[in-house]
Amino acid sequence: MTGKVGSAQPLDEVQLREMLRRMLRIRHFEECAALQRSNLVGPLHNCIGQEGEIVGACMALRNDDYMTGNHRSHGHPIGKGVQLAPLMAELFGKRTGVCRGKGGSMHLADFSAGSLGESGIVGSLMPVAVGAGLSARLRRTDQVCLCFFGDGAANCGPFHEALNLAAIWKLPVIFLCENNAYALFTAQDETTPIVDIAQRAVAYNIPGVTVDGQDAWQVHDCVATAVARARAGEGPTLVEAKTYRYCEHQEFGNAFKAPTYRSEAEIAQWRARDPIDIFAARLRRDGKLTEADFERLQSEVRTEVSAALQFALESPPPQPEALYEDVFA
Amino acid sequence: MPRITYAEAARQAILEEIRSDPRVFVMGEDVQRYPYEDVVEELGRERIRSTPISEAGFFGAGIGAALTGMRPVIEGAFSTFLYSAMDQIANQAAKSRYMFGGQASVPLVMRATVSYGIATAAHHSDRPWAIFAQIPGLKIIIPSTPFDAKGLLKSAIRDRNPVLCFDDWSLLGTAGEVPEGDYTVPLGVAEVKRSGTDLTIVALAAAVHRSLEAAEMLAKEGISADVVDLRTVVPMDRQTVIASVAKTGRLLVVDPAPGTCSVASEVAATVAQSAFEFLKGPIVRLTAPDVPVPFSPDLERLMYPTAEGIAAAARTLCRSHKIKTAMPLL
Ligand SMILES: Cc1ncc(C[n+]2csc(CCOP(=O)(O)OP(=O)(O)O)c2C)c(N)n1
Ligand SMILES: [Mg+2]
Repeated sequence: MTGKVGSAQPLDEVQLREMLRRMLRIRHFEECAALQRSNLVGPLHNCIGQEGEIVGACMALRNDDYMTGNHRSHGHPIGKGVQLAPLMAELFGKRTGVCRGKGGSMHLADFSAGSLGESGIVGSLMPVAVGAGLSARLRRTDQVCLCFFGDGAANCGPFHEALNLAAIWKLPVIFLCENNAYALFTAQDETTPIVDIAQRAVAYNIPGVTVDGQDAWQVHDCVATAVARARAGEGPTLVEAKTYRYCEHQEFGNAFKAPTYRSEAEIAQWRARDPIDIFAARLRRDGKLTEADFERLQSEVRTEVSAALQFALESPPPQPEALYEDVFA
Repeated sequence: MPRITYAEAARQAILEEIRSDPRVFVMGEDVQRYPYEDVVEELGRERIRSTPISEAGFFGAGIGAALTGMRPVIEGAFSTFLYSAMDQIANQAAKSRYMFGGQASVPLVMRATVSYGIATAAHHSDRPWAIFAQIPGLKIIIPSTPFDAKGLLKSAIRDRNPVLCFDDWSLLGTAGEVPEGDYTVPLGVAEVKRSGTDLTIVALAAAVHRSLEAAEMLAKEGISADVVDLRTVVPMDRQTVIASVAKTGRLLVVDPAPGTCSVASEVAATVAQSAFEFLKGPIVRLTAPDVPVPFSPDLERLMYPTAEGIAAAARTLCRSHKIKTAMPLL
């Protein structure tokens, strides 16, 4: 059984612009971070190329809805609409970082935006997302939890445990598989006996839908339908967005050279289906965006990102006593 | 004061908290059948929640619920099953507050039965408190009486942090006086169970009772032991241990877990570092050997500190005024 792409509430012009803005924010934020590579410690897992599925999904949520993510963490809070400066400062391990310098690139979780974590352990937050759904149910709210995970995570035990629990308890959780075709350097077909991860929904008797992750509109439509289902008490949905990361698995400065595992032609093919281009083109075609609007949006986002970088660079490092703070509440 | 068992006292703590705080609920395998069958109707299946056999799943769900305003209590069954949920406990529950810079807190209680000495063999018989004590961000309690079980569990449920509660299986059926209604035993406070002057015996779990039995034997021989029940492993009440050793000058630590990098080792190190000048003899640890638990009772019975063994070690320690030879490895 696979579900349908829904026909949720159509997005108004303000929302459509906001979607584009958030996609641009992710792109420019990460491009900026990549340029700062030599000033940063630790790895950077960029999601450039995946902005469509992230923002499409996040825009189907309310502010008070929950979200969990993974190591490729930058896009998720930006998609949920949080300010860039504390995120950028976190990449630099600064006192003003969203996690006060204790999380770094893989853990850009902003709890004020409903984030319940971004995790360096593949698959690990899927059961936690179920718990957020359970909590919403027990507190009699209609909040939902959007759970981002990769195609690689779909082979982890917690994926199956989480889907099973959410299914038997009919919890308001949307499992969003960001299928970028690779886990590290290994293609999905070498690790996974099915082509569409969404097929696994059958085993848990929940709807499973595969969508074009490069089309933010389509992702939004599908996730919005899943959200409506979840709010109505009808349980979880597994959504699989087919997407692609343009960059390497991670940017680690010059210390590490990635092996060859995908062709330039393949990368070019996906770049030709860029989620920002696709979305902007559609807005233009529908008469909802002029070239001047797009330029203005882009320059606003560039300014935001520069300001965030400036903030991060000028922020002080954590104070030594912070080492001992927040082990316990 | 009514006399009830440890198991009932612990259950009382959880049920009283569920009734008084809408955020509290309990989940675990089979809990609607046992031991909460009689309250399912009153409290409902949502808050007395049976789970599939899915440790990573429901421990993680507990964390997610705790992060979003609930106060779950997980009945984790045997302590060896904690390993199936290890990532959730060690990476998510313990680290979420710190790694996210204080944005989060995880008010979660995880109970695990520690069964040993009852022929359940290695897969059901660990005493893994030291493993978890190595994970900053987790609190760990090990009640030794019905009174402490209820009081410590109430404190644990009201605490804003993840707390692991290890229940010694051999104590679940033991009875003791437990007040009806509300009271708490604070986390991080050891209890001097018996006052003495010649040596300090620090113990935890059922070893507290073996130590008290030993102290009784020793008293008849004119050796007076201070017996300290650690009660909480994290945070550890080092002050009470140090104060006791300052009085007695001798330390014997009794812990039924394997000795290497054990809680006993930590207590010993604390005293070696902070109370060295008071010591009249070597610090002695009485622990289980570093072996998995064998099935055969004839083998398993050799593993854990007994009252006789504790008394014997105490005698040797009290006789050795000067350190002449190293203590034999026990
Ligand atoms: C439990 C665990 N195993 C292995 C890793 C190492 N690792 C980090 S990212 C990654 C690939 C994850 O692939 P996927 O889930 O598809 O996410 P993507 O990186 O493609 O976005 C692996 C294996 C890890 N972080 N956690
Ligand atoms: Mg992947």
